Amino acid sequence: MIDVLYFAWVRERIGLPRERVETDAATVAELIEELKAREDRYALAFSDLRALRVALDQELSDFSAPLKGVREVAFFPPMTGG
Amino acid sequence: MDIRVQAAPFDFGAECGRFGQGDGRAGAVVTFLGLVRGADGMSRMEIEHYPGMTEKALAKIAEDARARWSLSDLLIIHRYGPLAPGDAIMMVATAARHRKAAFEAAEFLMDYLKSRAPFWKKEFGPDGAEWVQAKDDDEAALDRW
Repeated sequence: MIDVLYFAWVRERIGLPRERVETDAATVAELIEELKAREDRYALAFSDLRALRVALDQELSDFSAPLKGVREVAFFPPMTGG
Repeated sequence: MDIRVQAAPFDFGAECGRFGQGDGRAGAVVTFLGLVRGADGMSRMEIEHYPGMTEKALAKIAEDARARWSLSDLLIIHRYGPLAPGDAIMMVATAARHRKAAFEAAEFLMDYLKSRAPFWKKEFGPDGAEWVQAKDDDEAALDRW
């Protein structure tokens, strides 16, 4: 089980801020494919990966990163702080 | 060193006054205040963040600045939640022996806060709500460091 968090428009498109996901995905990219296959709202949220960023256990990462040992995955658009 | 992530407003004047009370080590203090711009009929803003990651990301950015410049003190305050035009969003302050380090460290903090701290701004205007998009310039600004 892994906690998957969504922020900003990713959260709005998917319609929830976080969920627990049962997955055997080895990488972030594989997890995204699993989520996209679920429902249209996921497919829509993940349709353009260039517009997305991912954090693994609260550290910025990338889509090819392995998920082994990871407890929390977060998807969000590029950050707009400051 | 002080890093605060909060919904509540802060008093820029009071923060500057406190920060500027030197201990004799610093010869220069630089401060930056970021405000909500009310352009294009924007009536309010909502800032979302990632509790947990935000604090870690800000601590990392502050540590990187301290590793690079000899700073005697550093302050970051960043707000989240609902904001209106004219409201203070965030501030940074840096103290160093000389002004060059204080200016550079403040700019470094600002550049990294823009695109490496997990905040997202949503603007509400006459045509509805829109998420503020990151600019290519924001990412390019990191290259100079």
